[in-house]
Amino acid sequence: MAKATLGLISVFLYGWSVVCGFSLDASTPTKAAASLWQDVPQGPPDAILGIAQAFRACEDPKKVNVCVGAYRTSEGNPWVLPSVRKAEGIMLENNEIKEYLPIEGDAAFVEKALQFAYGKNAPLDRIAGVQTLSGTGACRIGGAFLNAFLPGRTIYIPDPSWGNHKKIFEACGLTVQTYRYYERSQNGLDFEGMLEDIQTAPKGSIMLLHACAHNPTGCDPTPAQWQQIYQSILERDHVAFFDSAYQGFASGDSEQDAGALRAAVDAGLPVLLAQSFAKNFGLYGERCGTLSVVCGTAAQKDLVMSQLKCIIRPMYSSPPRHGSSIVKTVLSDEPLTEQYYEECASMANRIVDMRTKLVEKLHEVGSTHDWSHVTQQIGMFAFTGMSSDMCDQLTEEYSIFLTRDGRISIAGLNDNNLEYVAKAVHAVTDGKSITSN
Amino acid sequence: MIRQVSSSVIRSLSAHGGKSQVPKKFVGTARCLSTSPWANYEMAPLDPIIGLTEQYNQDSFPQKVIVGVGAYRDDGGKPYILPCVREAEDRLFKKHLDMEYSGIAGDANFVEESLKFGYGEDCVALQENRVQGVQALSGTGGLRVMGELLRKNGHRHIYVPNPTWGNHKAIFTNAGLEVKTYAYYDAESSSLDFDSLVKDLKDIPSGSAVLLHACAHNPTGMDPTMDQWKEISSICKERGLLPFFDMAYQGFASGCAATDAAALRMFVDEGHLVCTIQSFSKNFGLYGHRVGTLSVVGATEEEAQKVVSQLKLVIRPMYSNPPRHGARIVQTILSDPMLREDWEVQCAGMAARINTMRTVLRERLSAVGSSRNWNHITKQIGMFAFSGLSKEQVMKMREKHHVYCTLDGRISMAGVTSGNADYIAEAIHDVSK
Repeated sequence: MAKATLGLISVFLYGWSVVCGFSLDASTPTKAAASLWQDVPQGPPDAILGIAQAFRACEDPKKVNVCVGAYRTSEGNPWVLPSVRKAEGIMLENNEIKEYLPIEGDAAFVEKALQFAYGKNAPLDRIAGVQTLSGTGACRIGGAFLNAFLPGRTIYIPDPSWGNHKKIFEACGLTVQTYRYYERSQNGLDFEGMLEDIQTAPKGSIMLLHACAHNPTGCDPTPAQWQQIYQSILERDHVAFFDSAYQGFASGDSEQDAGALRAAVDAGLPVLLAQSFAKNFGLYGERCGTLSVVCGTAAQKDLVMSQLKCIIRPMYSSPPRHGSSIVKTVLSDEPLTEQYYEECASMANRIVDMRTKLVEKLHEVGSTHDWSHVTQQIGMFAFTGMSSDMCDQLTEEYSIFLTRDGRISIAGLNDNNLEYVAKAVHAVTDGKSITSN
Repeated sequence: MIRQVSSSVIRSLSAHGGKSQVPKKFVGTARCLSTSPWANYEMAPLDPIIGLTEQYNQDSFPQKVIVGVGAYRDDGGKPYILPCVREAEDRLFKKHLDMEYSGIAGDANFVEESLKFGYGEDCVALQENRVQGVQALSGTGGLRVMGELLRKNGHRHIYVPNPTWGNHKAIFTNAGLEVKTYAYYDAESSSLDFDSLVKDLKDIPSGSAVLLHACAHNPTGMDPTMDQWKEISSICKERGLLPFFDMAYQGFASGCAATDAAALRMFVDEGHLVCTIQSFSKNFGLYGHRVGTLSVVGATEEEAQKVVSQLKLVIRPMYSNPPRHGARIVQTILSDPMLREDWEVQCAGMAARINTMRTVLRERLSAVGSSRNWNHITKQIGMFAFSGLSKEQVMKMREKHHVYCTLDGRISMAGVTSGNADYIAEAIHDVSK
């Protein structure tokens, strides 16, 4: 009886499907379609952002995030700069439109941004500048431009560098090599190695230089060392591609942090600059930056601009306007600009303070290592010298999340977690080397 | 400090090249001039659509009109910020949200709401979690990222309709794909050339990606009927083609979001594993905020997630993660029933004004004495009227009448107002009589 009923039901359903013109298998993928994606492997998680994800998923109440380079207050919270918030309010009051920006972005913003980087008397008439999606976008556009117009040249990035640099430039089609930069056995700059590698690179290579607060080491050349670097670059006809993600955030003084870039321009190097406002303006997720090319003449600038636009248009047409409006609003208003400089300096100062306190605490809890590099380094990160095993141990046993190269985001430290972190670091490094990893 | 540095550089330069006569402030310039790597470049051509705006801006003719870029204008010719968007922004501002990175795939809540909006809440594949997506930099960004992934996955070509949006070719070419076309439009009759379309589709190699405009085809404004869509769907099945939907006008075309998404939804219901680009530039008026999504329908949830993980690998070295502000606005609206209702009314209002202008323009063309058949202006749907004007006629319209539209004769109806309709009609008539 049940079988007969089922039989009737299936006949009924079949009939219904014929009447309605749909297949009972409506949601089953077509045969050909089913094969399209079946061989796609799972992509690996991003090294840095994947760790941030792991942090979020961790349920340990003592967990500490010293992984992503985003500023945290002493309460451990994200911080929107009051000057930035004020600017947003002004933009709302002004009923700002939401039209497409030009391909090259907001010209007034770009002007302010370039002046911020190159100085008030910057020769803007011969600097081709476009608005980009923060530093990543700037590196991508710059790399694509170099690959198109200086084909066959290799880009040299420091060893180590920000984890995403290699991927970005490879995606541009560039060959990526490294120049020596950090000497782990000294926890300091390998200046001789760096200079030698710059001097032996094929003529006309592209040198990626961190403008200040090198990521991840926090170790910058001195002004005198920069001069020697420029000399070598000039002698070898190299191109200097500066990545500036921490201007103002490194020393607390944005003029000082721009010193290396400006000296390079003064020295007559062919300069490109990838500029980010993610950290110094706290605009992380609004993706605000610029890419600029210092040219010889205004005519060259126009040519370069036209070519940069050809790279941008088929990538995302035009940049997002919210972050650039904020920066423009702040930097166009004197009191707001002053307020901004103070707020940026306060971030830098808290980080410097935490560096000092971390090292003090490490010694207090009994560590006998030389941690002076932690206080000497500059910017968001401390390159501790810990091995990847030690880092794994920190994460697994202590729920302290950092990148496996031993890089700690100092901004993630505060008076509440300082002792915990110091004790944990001491525990995993006691009796082991922090200079041979 | 910088001045000291400069003098030491000059001293060393003098030692090497005897350039001690060069004034301090020109050292940098001189060096750059002689050795600049940028010295031999060609000026790249202006973008065919955006470059038009640049040209227009430089024109000082008082009655100039631009009907170029697809950006909505109110009847006063002014940009229009949807009140629901403004309301959402005010609410967001009061919340004092942070500006942290939102993750490579963007705002998960935004993506979820957007997919519901696009695929429909009752979409079975969506309910089965087989539809997965990422936030994208509006339409362009989504197209580029998907194009790059297709190339990475072995695709060499993509098929786009002829004609199509001016930027499609550049996007896919830069993604590393060869762009081929299938027939779409019959210029003679100003209508969809369905027979040729079918014929061309049947010749497309199995497994190829085929770009389909979900609604309000740009630039022609001619969409297939639902029956025609069903036939396209069958051919895609027979040929094993990958339907790649570009949906830039959902809600903006007919005034109803569900209607405009009907073709996409039918394909998904029929079992196609599509990929889809959604742009919120026009329908939410969020142009400059670059808001959109890129999504795929997988055979299984796991499969779709794998594709998303691969999309993230394309995004990270391109721009790391997408901008937050516009996505937050869309998410606020879509997740609030009252704001959602407001949006429906306001978006329908935009579509209605455009439809009115179509009728007005057609009437005015008749009124100024044009004997040409302008039926297509009211037959077409969406932002644009594909006028049928030749390149020469378009150029003449720019030079003589200062009316700017793209060289393919595409007129952005959003730029037509009751104030300029007469002038535009006269200009069109003058160059086409």
